[in-house]
Amino acid sequence: MTSELVDFTLVSVALLGIGIYGLAVKRNFIRMLFAVEIIINAANLNIVAFGRFLPHSGGQTMALFSIAIAAAEVAVGLSLIIVAYRMYQNVDIADFRSLKG
Amino acid sequence: MADAAFLALAVITIGSAIAALELRSLIYGSIALMGTLGGIAGFFFLLDAPFVALFQLAVYVGSIAVLILFTVMLVKRELIFKKIEDKRRKFAGIGLMLVVMVSLGAVFLDSGIKTITTDEPATDFRDIGTDFVTYYWPALILMGLLLAGSVTGALVLAKREDVENDQRAS
Repeated sequence: MTSELVDFTLVSVALLGIGIYGLAVKRNFIRMLFAVEIIINAANLNIVAFGRFLPHSGGQTMALFSIAIAAAEVAVGLSLIIVAYRMYQNVDIADFRSLKG
Repeated sequence: MADAAFLALAVITIGSAIAALELRSLIYGSIALMGTLGGIAGFFFLLDAPFVALFQLAVYVGSIAVLILFTVMLVKRELIFKKIEDKRRKFAGIGLMLVVMVSLGAVFLDSGIKTITTDEPATDFRDIGTDFVTYYWPALILMGLLLAGSVTGALVLAKREDVENDQRAS
């Protein structure tokens, strides 16, 4: 074990930045889901890294819960994509006008 | 300091995260996303958390990435290859990304976590299993119900009513 905590947090920050870029720039629904996945994974990496260096087993438990809940979120997100695609025949979020308030 | 395995994993993870968002084809993008998720699993191995790493491989690389791939295949061919974004937004997004990275990175580098090292042995995965069925059992049951509910909800959302009626009519 030669890597330090700060290395893992820096990778996590880089992934968070990329995810925020994807959410801000992309208008494709599926790409935005990719960006959300990347952000969730950055958070999981941070949780496990801090749990390793504290050290406490709670970090890994929390990461396991987080992964399972992210799986549920992706299932719902993908079915929303399918519904929206069926309604609008497109995956461009600018076209989903009835979703605007 | 970081070792070779860490650096290789960091390059794979961050590189394929960028590729997942920037590749023209959504199919290659989702395969690149698999690389990111696998790289994170590698980080979990480096952090002496093999249980979480295998869980990540099974859930993310095994099921979520395949689910995304199948959803991409349901979308029309020209939409898979079409890039929808404008230039101004893109530059603004890159600026936002750099601001987030530099500011958060500066905060982390400036804080005391640089000096944190550990000589303690890694958590045994048996402890995690024990935790799950003793201290966290209500949360575990709740998570199971949540997963069941979300899968049912996804099925209900994605159900096609028109196909069913067509089949009855014919």
